[in-house]
Amino acid sequence: MPDTTPAAGPRFALPRLGSTERALAVVIALLCLFLALTTDTFFTLVNLLDLLNISAVNVIFAVGLLVVLIAGGIDISFAVAASVVQYLTALALQQIGGGGWISGVLIAGGIGFLLGAFNAALIYHFRIISIVVTIATFNLFFGALMFFTQGVSIYNLPSWWTSRVVLFEMETASGWAELTLPVVVMLAVVFATWLLIRRLTIGRQLYAMGDNPEGARRVGINIGAMHYLAFGWLGITAGIAGLMQAHYAQEVVPNALYGRELDVLAAVVLGGARLGGGRGTILGAILGVALVTITQNGLNLLGVSPYAFKMIVGAVILIAITLSNSGVGDLVTAMKNSARRGAARKADSGVSR
Amino acid sequence: MTDIDPQSAALRPQSTDAAAPLLIQLEGISKVFGGVKALQDVRFDIAPGEVLCLAGENGCGKSTLIKIISGVYQPEAGGTMLFDGKPMDKLTPGLARSLGIQVIWQDLALFPEMSVAENIAFEQNLGARPRLVDYGRIRQIAGRMLDRLGVAIDLEKPVRELSIAQRQMVAICRALVADARLVFMDEPTASLSKGETDALLVIVRRLASEGIAVVFVSHRLAEVLDVCSRVTVLRDGRYVGTYPTKGMTQTRLTELMTGRNFDQSVRAADRSAAPAVLSVEGLGREGDYAEIDLVVRRGEVVGLTGRLGAGRTELALSLFGMTRPDRGTIRLGGEVTDFRSNRDAIRAGIAYVSEDRLSLGLVQPQSIADNIALPVLGKLVDALGLLSKRRKAALVDDWIRQLAVKIGAPEHAVSTLSGGNQQRIVLAKWLATEPKVLILDSPTVGVDVGARAGIFEIVHRLAEAGMAILLISDEIPEVYYNSDRILHMRDGRIIADYVPGRDDIDAIEEAVHA
Repeated sequence: MPDTTPAAGPRFALPRLGSTERALAVVIALLCLFLALTTDTFFTLVNLLDLLNISAVNVIFAVGLLVVLIAGGIDISFAVAASVVQYLTALALQQIGGGGWISGVLIAGGIGFLLGAFNAALIYHFRIISIVVTIATFNLFFGALMFFTQGVSIYNLPSWWTSRVVLFEMETASGWAELTLPVVVMLAVVFATWLLIRRLTIGRQLYAMGDNPEGARRVGINIGAMHYLAFGWLGITAGIAGLMQAHYAQEVVPNALYGRELDVLAAVVLGGARLGGGRGTILGAILGVALVTITQNGLNLLGVSPYAFKMIVGAVILIAITLSNSGVGDLVTAMKNSARRGAARKADSGVSR
Repeated sequence: MTDIDPQSAALRPQSTDAAAPLLIQLEGISKVFGGVKALQDVRFDIAPGEVLCLAGENGCGKSTLIKIISGVYQPEAGGTMLFDGKPMDKLTPGLARSLGIQVIWQDLALFPEMSVAENIAFEQNLGARPRLVDYGRIRQIAGRMLDRLGVAIDLEKPVRELSIAQRQMVAICRALVADARLVFMDEPTASLSKGETDALLVIVRRLASEGIAVVFVSHRLAEVLDVCSRVTVLRDGRYVGTYPTKGMTQTRLTELMTGRNFDQSVRAADRSAAPAVLSVEGLGREGDYAEIDLVVRRGEVVGLTGRLGAGRTELALSLFGMTRPDRGTIRLGGEVTDFRSNRDAIRAGIAYVSEDRLSLGLVQPQSIADNIALPVLGKLVDALGLLSKRRKAALVDDWIRQLAVKIGAPEHAVSTLSGGNQQRIVLAKWLATEPKVLILDSPTVGVDVGARAGIFEIVHRLAEAGMAILLISDEIPEVYYNSDRILHMRDGRIIADYVPGRDDIDAIEEAVHA
């Protein structure tokens, strides 16, 4: 029997499950149980593998965004940056006469990195807070894209880019079940990001910076480099996600990813990443994406009007965050902390300079 | 609770051998910030294994000195810094760290979401070149450091789940990992209980026995005398002297830190002949206070004491028009008042310096001048109804001089001032409204001994000039030595009144706090 949670794969990434992950897993399990009992189509290999295929792009975005959130930043621009990457990659590939997967990934990742580095430069060198910078670059990237493309889509992509790569297929009673390329790319990106934030020294420095920026500065962490690392990493993952989204859609449409940033952000925060930095796990981010995807899939299968999707997904996110014990616990701790910080500040202002 | 190896209590700080080579030696160190001399010709030295206390009031330059020794600030030219007898100029934070200088600031600078082990051995994660994290080695190093201090803390626990005392141990361990030879501890006992403080002192002695020099920055005089062999005193950015703690008394140290004698004498006088300025009859407010009768006369300081929650601040808020009493009358200069808001109270001549003045009483990022002028902007307008810069400057200069506030310039932000000076700015701000009645609610919370005396000098001067003052405080000596009469409040009622001099201070202390 296939695992009901697409996120169960990288469990090895985390030896200990945090309470947010546990709560999310329970919510997802209940949701899956409900859908398995109320629909005949949900609990089929076809549908479950399809869920994996369609959530791959969002998971790639999510783990990239997670890195920025852990480092204490936020990014609104990555989804439209991915659209810019799609266009520029398509143009560049035309120039070099088609290219292939390797050149495609290098070009998309490279352009994505540059766009992320642009955000990092503005945030670090001009000391503007990341939400302001990325709202501005969100408009800049998307506005420029719409202006230069005149909103025209690209259909004549190189054939390697658009031809489906099926890695596993099987005929079942309800049709062909297949696993496609984006899932493998997703696994690779998830593994690389896990390696970065859990196993590499520079990843621990990122955590430290998000956790206590002043403390990080005092122990001698290179804050500037960390900004480029975090936003550059998100840029690379966004570039790869853009490549995969075009692969899946078989076309490049300028506004295809517009609005995706908030879906991904909601999913990652749902997965326990803290706005403000220092906390967040890959498993949590993946579970967050899984919950949103499964909810949408379930509504679809239940025949609910698509117009109600956003509303219900929003409500599910709110309920899940409230139900998650750690969510409530964190709120209490955060309030205590802010009270303590207030007291500390008061004490501080009496301390000599 | 932190577990301490009982054996370590036997360790005592090594006595300083006069012939022993000094670890660091500073002479003629000065530092100027925007025209204000933060440090002037300061000297400082410490030997390996010595525990030294750095004492001084808020704003005396302690933090500046620490930042110079740890390479954060460069001193002005002309001084000398010797480390192991070798001259050390152009000290940077990195260089200071490599020399074994570690500062544990009051905020500890730990990473709350990370484990104890990773916090202690975070050094292992530093460096620009990416490497695989060796969690085994991190745990090993952290475990060894905790063992060295004789402390047991779960290595895997995130630091946010630790008590303040345990966090301090983690911060100390981190300093030791960096091969510390000189550790500054900035007010390490400020938020510790008595037991936790004792445990910390055991650790400090243990460090000293290993040859590590420890500089203890502390406000609590008793423990300073207990743990340190010598005490270096700074005052107003100047070096006062370094004294052996043997034979030092608290009174003497306070004198050195403040440069003043504190002959505490009762100043109470019978002012019943003076006209009443504020008189309250039968005042009550459901759940806050009841049946309050009180009179504050011209030139009189009335102390209002009682334990926390006795209803003191609630009463003050009603006198200031912030809350409305249910019954009773408040008379000001004989006339019955009916304040609808504190604006009415301010207009009628009541000023209230609140307990939480540092956040509520001042607009921290705004300039000193703007803060003082804030409540009286309406009085500073010219013929056209525009704010007169000249009048404002005159008012501000006048109060800064009268209250002897130490500032760089009136344009500087209030947040740049020390606690005691901020306090004076709050006073200046309210005095600018020319009140008839001044209510001071716990005016010395978080203020140094010396600065306290300064504040009360001002209070006495104001009383002599005819102001009626209600002084609210739960510190008995404060009301005893500064008031003409003392009212004792409990459970919302005034249950007793005392006269300093006639009644014994210890008896009052007993009645209020026992």
